[in-house]
Formats: sequence, structure tokens, C-alpha cells
Amino acid sequence: MDSMVENIITVKNLVKKFGHFVANDHLNFEVRKGEIFGFLGANGAGKTTAIRILCGLSYPTSGEVKVGGLDIYSQRNDIKRNIGYMSQKFSLYDDLTVYENIRFYAGIYGLSRKEISTKSAMLMKKLGLEDAKDKLIKDVPLGWKQKLAFSVAIIHDPKIVFLDEPTGGVDPITRRQFWNLIFEAAKDGITVFVTTHYMDEAEYCDRVTIMVDGKIAALDTPSALKKTYSASNMNDVFLKLARVKTVA
Amino acid sequence: MKRFIGFVIKEFYHIFRDYRTLMILFGIPAAQLLLFGYVITNEIKDARIAIYDSSKDEVTRKISEKILSSGYFILEKNLTNYSQIGPTFREGNTKLVIVFGSNFAKKLQQEGKADLQILGDASDPNTANILVNYASGIINNYLVSINAEQIPMRIIPEVRMQYNPALKSVFMFVPGIMALLLMLISALMTSLSITREKELGTMELLLVSPLRPIQIIIGKVIPYVLLAFIDSCIILGMGKFVFGVPIEGNIVLLLSESLLYITMALSLGILISSITNSQQVAMTLSLVALMLPIILLSGFIFPVENMPVILQVLCHIMPPKYFITIIKDIMLKGNSFIYVWKETLIMILFTVTFIMMSIKKFKIRLA
Repeated sequence: MDSMVENIITVKNLVKKFGHFVANDHLNFEVRKGEIFGFLGANGAGKTTAIRILCGLSYPTSGEVKVGGLDIYSQRNDIKRNIGYMSQKFSLYDDLTVYENIRFYAGIYGLSRKEISTKSAMLMKKLGLEDAKDKLIKDVPLGWKQKLAFSVAIIHDPKIVFLDEPTGGVDPITRRQFWNLIFEAAKDGITVFVTTHYMDEAEYCDRVTIMVDGKIAALDTPSALKKTYSASNMNDVFLKLARVKTVA
Repeated sequence: MKRFIGFVIKEFYHIFRDYRTLMILFGIPAAQLLLFGYVITNEIKDARIAIYDSSKDEVTRKISEKILSSGYFILEKNLTNYSQIGPTFREGNTKLVIVFGSNFAKKLQQEGKADLQILGDASDPNTANILVNYASGIINNYLVSINAEQIPMRIIPEVRMQYNPALKSVFMFVPGIMALLLMLISALMTSLSITREKELGTMELLLVSPLRPIQIIIGKVIPYVLLAFIDSCIILGMGKFVFGVPIEGNIVLLLSESLLYITMALSLGILISSITNSQQVAMTLSLVALMLPIILLSGFIFPVENMPVILQVLCHIMPPKYFITIIKDIMLKGNSFIYVWKETLIMILFTVTFIMMSIKKFKIRLA
């Protein structure tokens, strides 16, 4: 591996058990600074468990995890300042307006009043939400909500943003638009860690991990994976990996 | 700190945007108090009675007069025959019949006793009981007044209702409603607002943010402390100015005890929300597991002393019971802290227990 590359996340022998069920079985991987890192797998493969551990929402059973060079056991509070998180529910407050949601999330990350007003103005202009500034979130279409949830997750310019199935339930065009936002964030130097079960989205990632039954089955660039498994697209790669597992 | 303030402000937005919450917060206390105070009153006025006076002498006429002028009774009709009693009750208007035996005055003077019967319509046992008590009270009073001239005087037990001479039921309801509503608002509202964040998924975002879990919990609780406190002032104010319930004791002590009770109810709300993830379960838990026992077992409506021993034991682990005792002591008896420190201590113990349990639950969840 290129020694010039700086790793922003390192995971060694990560194990997470729920009773006898092993959700994450000795995971080992690194995420490089500035890349879009895809975390793929079927439902129940252990993606969400892993992302929750990286975000500090849950402790691992064993293993070593560093996020932004900080240890998740002892430096959890420092990690929190440096990460953003967006869940599959596009969590915003329904009874607050677009602007109030932005102001609230910016506020809990400690942005100053001035920063909040410039940032939110910029953000609403970028998303074309200026006219919807005082609309309640419950009156805003799902696609907008999704974009807003992402923009809010990176409003404090985190080093890493974790996206847990950020494109669930939206149409292909909106998904494509959403990925444009992700590319833009990556260009600004934010490392993107994204889980998905849409295999076409895997093509957009710099590198992808495919998880099967709590283990990492493959980790490489999409083109390298397609070559290794002699497949024409990521969907075939995934099906081949999953099939091997079920046969074994 | 600035983050925390922003968080609290957001909480207020949630409350003020949701008119249902506002209704619960401010509408229910007033409505409940008026309901309990006026409708579900234990006093009965202008009850219709019938009198069958078979002797029609000076004494019976005086007793009848006293009864009818008491304000509690109105004469529906005079009966002329004992057999009319049954049909009179069946008509339904008459709640009480008073029967004077024959030669009433004569017997009373010569033998020292006369026959008098009070019949109540016990299809409504509570009303009947109360009316019979009223009537016998009036008759006893009369006997006392004529006995006073005789020697030797007969000793007749005197009953006096301390602290609530008129036996006004609202004196009982104000403390009860306060305990009930503060519990409802504090426990139900906090548990709902925390589980709502969990359902929305915003709780995860908060936990990922630099806000500390303790800040999140306290931030969610502060608005409700404030609102519940305003509510207790409304209830006390209405009790005093609408129903004339006195506040004999120290108002600062009364409000501090209310604040302690609110804190206890809030920590119970936090505990409920740490057990469940859904608003529906939180609501059911709060209503079924809290409201019913409070109404039935806190001594609010049904006296604890009359219950079977097992239920009495249960009553003692109902936190509102202690609060009701405290407010009654302070409001009606004017007692100072020395008289209520035990109950206060018990409430503090409840609070600490609830908080410890929530923290433990919270840690298990995070692991």
C-alpha cells in the first residue's frame, strides 16, 4: 500500500456480539483520508452495527478502532467534534422550519451566531431552498429533506461524515442528485463513509467493502473487484460473493 | 453552554408548535379542577324529602322546621299514611323520608325517648348516607338544645370537622388534582418527548453530536419543569380564588415541595422512556401504570385506611400519596417543614432511585 496515503479510520479485529449472534466478525480495514468509502452488504450483514460503532453510538465487544487518529474508547468526545452522521431516517424535526433545523444542528456543534447565518444562507441557496426557509419540515418533499439532512450533517465541516443508507426510499434521479452532493463534499476534503445496498452506487465509491454475514468478503476499488470476479458490474460481484457464502 | 441553551430553546419550539401538548399542559388543569370542584362534589344541597308526621305536635313541627330551614332539604310533600312511603320513593324525586312516631312530644317528655325514623333512598348509597347524616345531625342538635335545660344532662358526642368544617370536597380535590396533573404532565410529557426523538431517529444524531447525554436529558426536562411549575401555580391559584381553599402554610415551602414532586415525576418519565422506544408504549405505561394507581391508591378519592392490608402496602409505594399528604398538611393545617420532613425525604429517595435506574438502563443500552 502507498505509504504516502494517510489513514483516517483504522479498524483492527473489530468484533461485536449481541448475545451469541456475531454481528461484526473480526473486521479489519482502513479508510484513507479524502476518499469515498463504500460499505456494502445485504440487510443484516452488519453494516449498520459497524457504522454505529465508528460513530460512538455503540461500543465494540473487542478490537481496536481509531477514528481521525483518536481512540473510540478513551477519546470519544473529541471524535464527536470531528464527525458528522446522517441516518437512514433523514432525521430532522418535523415541527421546526427548514431554517430552525439548520440553526439547531449548527448550534449543537457550537457554531457562532454569525457562522450559522452565513452558513445557512449559503446552504439554502445551494439547495434552492430559499423560498422554503420558513416551511415546516413536514411540508417539505422527501428528496429535499434528504439533501437538507446531508447538508446539516456536514455543516460543522467535519473530517469524516458517516452516511447510513442515505438513499433509501428515494427515486433514481434524486439519488443521482444526492450523489452529486457527496462528490462535492469529498472535493472539499471531507472523507465519506457510506453504507448502501444499492450496487449501482458502489460504482461511485473510490473503494468498497462488501460484507457478508458479519465478515468482510472483499475490499478494493470497484474496477479491481469487477476484474477479480470477472463481472461486468458490481451487482454481479455482489451476487458471486454472496453465492459463494451460501454454498459454503 | 450555548449549545445547551440552543437545545432547550428547540424543546420550547416543539411544545409551542404542538397545540395538543399546549392543551394538555394548560387546558386540562383548569378543566379538571372545575370538574372535580363543581360536578363531582360530595355536598348535596336542596335534596327533596317527604315527612310523615303522625303526631303533629310542637316538637315535631320544630324539628321539621329546622330540617327544612337547614338549606340541605326541600319539602317535596307531606305524607298522611305510612303506606305512601314506598310509592313516594318509587317516584324518584324524594331522597329521604322522615317519620315521626305518634305522640312524639309526649313520649319524649315522659319516657325520655320518642320514635323517629329516617329512611333514605339507598339506590344511590353515597347520597343516602350523606343525607341521613345531615338529617340526624340536625335532629341531634335540636335534642341537645332542649336537653340543655334539663338535669341531669345527657352526654351527646359532638362531631366537629377540623380543617374543613363544611366538609367541602374541593379541599380534598385540589391536592389530589395537583398530584395527578403534575404527574401527568411531567412523567407523560417527558417520556413522550424523549421517545419521539428515538422514533424520529434524531436521538442518534444528538448522541453523535458533542452534546453530552446528560445535557440532552436535562435539556429535554427543563421546559417541562418550568411548565409544570406554572401549572401548579394555576391550580393553587384557582383553588384559592375560585374555590376558597386556604393556603395556611408557607407558600415558599409549598412551592418547593411541588418542585421536588415535579422533579420526581420527571425522573420517572425519563425512566419510562429509557425502557421503551415507542411513544405509544410510553403513553400506555404512563396512563395505565401511573394514572390509575394514582387515582385509586393515593388516598386522593378513596381513603387508604379502609383498604385491605395488601392494598395499603401498595399505597405506601405510590409516590403521589406522600405529596398529597404534604400539600394537605401545608395548605390546610399550616404545618411547617418539621411536620413533613419524613414525606419529603421519601420523595427524595424516590427521585434518586428513579434517576439511578435510568442511568443504569441507559448504560446497558449504549454497550
